[in-house]
Amino acid sequence: MAASTLSRRELINLSLAVGGGLVLGRWLPAAQGEETVLQPNPFVAVGRDGTVKVWVNKSEMGQGVLTGLAQIVADELGAEWEKVVPVQADADPKYGNQNTGGSTAVRTQFDELRRAGAAAREMLLAAAARRWKVPASTLSARDGKVWDGKGRSLSFGELVEEAARLPVPENPPLKSPNQFRLIGQPLPRKDSQAKVTGKAIFGCDVRLPGMLFAVVARPPVFGATLASFDATAAERVEGVVKVLPISSGVAVVARDTWAALKGRAALQVRWSEGSAASFSSAGLLQEMERRAAQEGGLAAKHGEPAPALRDRPPAVEATFAVPFLAHAPMEPQNATAWLHDGGLEVWAPTQVPMPARREAAEAAGLPVEKVALHVTFLGGGFGRRLVSDFVREAVEVAKGFPVPVQLLWTREDDMTHDYYRPPSVHKLQAWLDPQGEVLGWRHHQVTASIGAQRNPSWAGQLDRGALEGAEPPYGFPFWQVEQTLLPCPVPLGAWRSVFASQNPFASEHFFDLVARAAGKDPWRLRLALLPEGPLRQAVQLAGEKAGWGKPLPPGWGRGIACCSSFGSHVAEVAEVSLASGKLQVKRLVVAIHCGRAVNPRLVEQQLVSAVVFALSAFLRGRITVVQGKVVEDNFDRYEPLRFPEMPRVEVHILPSQDPPGGVGEPGVPPLAPAVANAILAATGKPVYRLPWEA
Amino acid sequence: MARFALTVNGTHQQVEVAADTPLLWVLRDHLQLSGTKYGCGVGLCGSCTVLVDGEAVRSCSVSVAEVAGKKILTIEGLGGHHPVQRAFVAEDVPQCGYCQSGQVMQAVALLAKHPRPDPQQVAAAMGDILCRCGTYDRIAKAIARAAQEVSHGR
Repeated sequence: MAASTLSRRELINLSLAVGGGLVLGRWLPAAQGEETVLQPNPFVAVGRDGTVKVWVNKSEMGQGVLTGLAQIVADELGAEWEKVVPVQADADPKYGNQNTGGSTAVRTQFDELRRAGAAAREMLLAAAARRWKVPASTLSARDGKVWDGKGRSLSFGELVEEAARLPVPENPPLKSPNQFRLIGQPLPRKDSQAKVTGKAIFGCDVRLPGMLFAVVARPPVFGATLASFDATAAERVEGVVKVLPISSGVAVVARDTWAALKGRAALQVRWSEGSAASFSSAGLLQEMERRAAQEGGLAAKHGEPAPALRDRPPAVEATFAVPFLAHAPMEPQNATAWLHDGGLEVWAPTQVPMPARREAAEAAGLPVEKVALHVTFLGGGFGRRLVSDFVREAVEVAKGFPVPVQLLWTREDDMTHDYYRPPSVHKLQAWLDPQGEVLGWRHHQVTASIGAQRNPSWAGQLDRGALEGAEPPYGFPFWQVEQTLLPCPVPLGAWRSVFASQNPFASEHFFDLVARAAGKDPWRLRLALLPEGPLRQAVQLAGEKAGWGKPLPPGWGRGIACCSSFGSHVAEVAEVSLASGKLQVKRLVVAIHCGRAVNPRLVEQQLVSAVVFALSAFLRGRITVVQGKVVEDNFDRYEPLRFPEMPRVEVHILPSQDPPGGVGEPGVPPLAPAVANAILAATGKPVYRLPWEA
Repeated sequence: MARFALTVNGTHQQVEVAADTPLLWVLRDHLQLSGTKYGCGVGLCGSCTVLVDGEAVRSCSVSVAEVAGKKILTIEGLGGHHPVQRAFVAEDVPQCGYCQSGQVMQAVALLAKHPRPDPQQVAAAMGDILCRCGTYDRIAKAIARAAQEVSHGR
C-alpha cells in the first residue's frame, strides 16, 4: 500500500465540507494562521478578509441546506454572497437540533438563522457608527459593507476587530421581508464545483494515514445472531489483518476494501435460525388484506354518518396494497472511526449527528464529551441515515485498532439490511347520494408501526404518525379513518415522506374511482370539495398549467392528485401513455404552496427529485422478504428510474409570504396517485397494487 | 500481491495489490483518488465510471491487471474546468452529488465520440449512470451546453 504523504494540515483539509470551511477535530491541532473573527454565535463568523462562514447544522444530503441555510444568514447580515462559505457543523449541542428529517431544515432554522445573521450585522453597524461618530440607526449593511447613506462605506473586514469587542445584541432587529435581497432568490448551489470535481468528501471518501478497511458479515435472516465462525480461510486472504466478532456479525479488517471483501467471502459463519426465518412479505400482505376487510381501531373522524348510510352498502369500495421499500441511497452506509489520545473521532454521513455521536460514545464506552463526530457529505439520505447502526459498527470494529478504520457496507449489505418503508393495505369505501354527492367516506389503514417497533411500550396503541395524509382534505359530511397495526419482524424506518408515501396513494386514487362513479371530472370535483386555502390553490394551478381537459393522443391519460404534508401543499398532474403497450410517464406538472420559498431553485430541485424518487417506487420499487431474507439486493432487481425514462417535469411555486413549509418530502405523496389516476383515465383500470404491473 | 504500473491522469504509478483487485479499489484505497465512487460493485449504477484509453469503463468491474499499461482518466484528471464540468456547474446539476463523477466521466466519453450528440445518443449513454436524486433533466441540459461550447472551439 502506498504510504500516505499527506501532511496533517492536508488531512484536515480533506475532511472539509466545502472549500475553505474548517472541520476541526477535538484532537486535531487548530489550523495555523486562523484569523480572529467576529463570531457572535455558533452559526456565523466574519473574517478580516470579509469571508463569512456559516455553520450549517443540518446535514447536506442533496437538498441544498449548505446553500439555503447560508442564504438566510447572509441576507440578514448583508453579506456579499460570493464571500459566504458554508461549513458543515460537527455534532455539537451548541448548534441546537441537528436532526435532518421531516423536511424541517428551513422551517425550523429560518428565524434562528435570521437572528444569527442580524446579530453580526448589528455589531458591524455599531462598530462603523463609532468609527464615523454617527448613530448606528443611520447605517445599513449590504454587499459585505456598511454604508452611511451618503455613499461612504466600510467593508466588513475593516470592522470585524472593533465589532468583535462590542456586546452581542440579544434581540437584534430583523429585516422586513420587503428588504430581503437573498432570501427568495434562486441562487446557485455552493457545493456544485466540489461535487463535479470529485473533491466533495462523502463518508466513504475519508482517507487517514494508516487507515484500515472493514466489512461486516451480517446474518441474512432478520433476527438471527452469530452462532460460530471459522476465520482460518479469511485470515489467509492476502491483505486481511484481523477477523473479529461485533454485535451485528463478524468484521473482516484489511489493508484495502477488496481484501476485506475477499476475506468476508472466505469466512465460514454459522448463524442462529433467526426469529424471522418463517416470515415472508407475501404472507404479511395477505394477512393485511384479511384484516383490512374487518373493522379497525377508530383513529380519526369527522361528522356523523347519516342514518340512511348505516345500512346501505357503499357505492364504491376498493382495496390497495403497497410493498416494503428500501432507501437505496447512492452512497451505501459507512463510517470511519479512530480511537486516539483517550478519545474517539468519527466521520459519518449521518442525518442525526448528536444521536450518532451518543451511539458512538456508547459503543466505545466513552463519555460523549470524549467523542468528536464530523458530518461528511451524504450521498443521499431519504431517511436511511436517521439510524446510526453503521456508526456503532464502525466504532465496535475500530476499538481493536490504534489506527482509523473505515467500515463500508456493500450495496448488497445496504439493500438487505435497511430499515424499510412498511408495507400497507388500505380499504376504502364511499357512499354517494343519487346525484353523486359524497355522503360518507371510510379509510381503513392496515400497516406496521415504525414507532411501536422502536418503542415496544407503544404496542396496542394507535400510531398517529402513521396517519399522515390519511385524513381526507375534502368537505365530506362524514368521514372516518381506522387503523390496524400488525407486528413485523423486518426493521422499519422512515422513507422519504414516511406514511404519506402510502395513505394518499390509496385515498387519492380512490377519489378518482368515486369521481367516475359519480360521473364527475376529478379535477373539478377536487376543486368543488376542497376548502379555500393553499391546497386548493395548488390543485387549481396544477390543473391550469397542465391544460386540464385538453385532448390527449389515443392511449394517453391524465390524472391529478394532491396532498398536504410536512407543512406544504402539493398537487401533481401526470400524463401517461400506454399506446405502445408499455407504461410511459410523459409529463408531470407540480404545483406547490410552501410558504416563502427561500431559494426557488432548490425548491424546484427537491420537487423534481421527489417525483423521480416516487416514480421509481411506483414503477419498480418492491422489497420482497422470503424466509426472513430480502430478495432484491442490487440495482438489477431494485432499479431506480434511469435517464431515458425521465418525464418532462414542470414545477410551479405559488407565491406566498407565509412562514416556510417543508420541501424535501411533500413532492412524494401525490405522485403515485396522480400516475395511477392517469392510468385509470387511459385504461379504465384502477391500480390496486404497487409497483405497477401491466 | 503483484506489482502493477498504471498511468493515471497522466502520472505513472506503481501499486502492489492482488491481481484481481478492481481498478476502483486501487484508485480509492491505494492512490487516494476518492472522486471515483463505489455504488454497486457490479457495473449497474455507473458511479465508478472512469475512462480507459478514452472509453467509459466501470472501474468496479475491471481488474487492475486488465488496465495495466493503459491510460486511465479519473474525475480528478479533468482538472476542474473541463467544459463538461463547467456546464454541470452552470446548470447546477448536482444534488447529493455522489453519482456526479460517474455522470461527468460518462458525458466526457460521450462528447469525445459524438461532439454533437442527438437526444437518442445522450439517452443511450447516460442511461448507464443512475442518479437517485433525479438530476437527469439538468444533466441533459448540461450536456447540450457542453456540446455547444466544445463545438464553438472554446
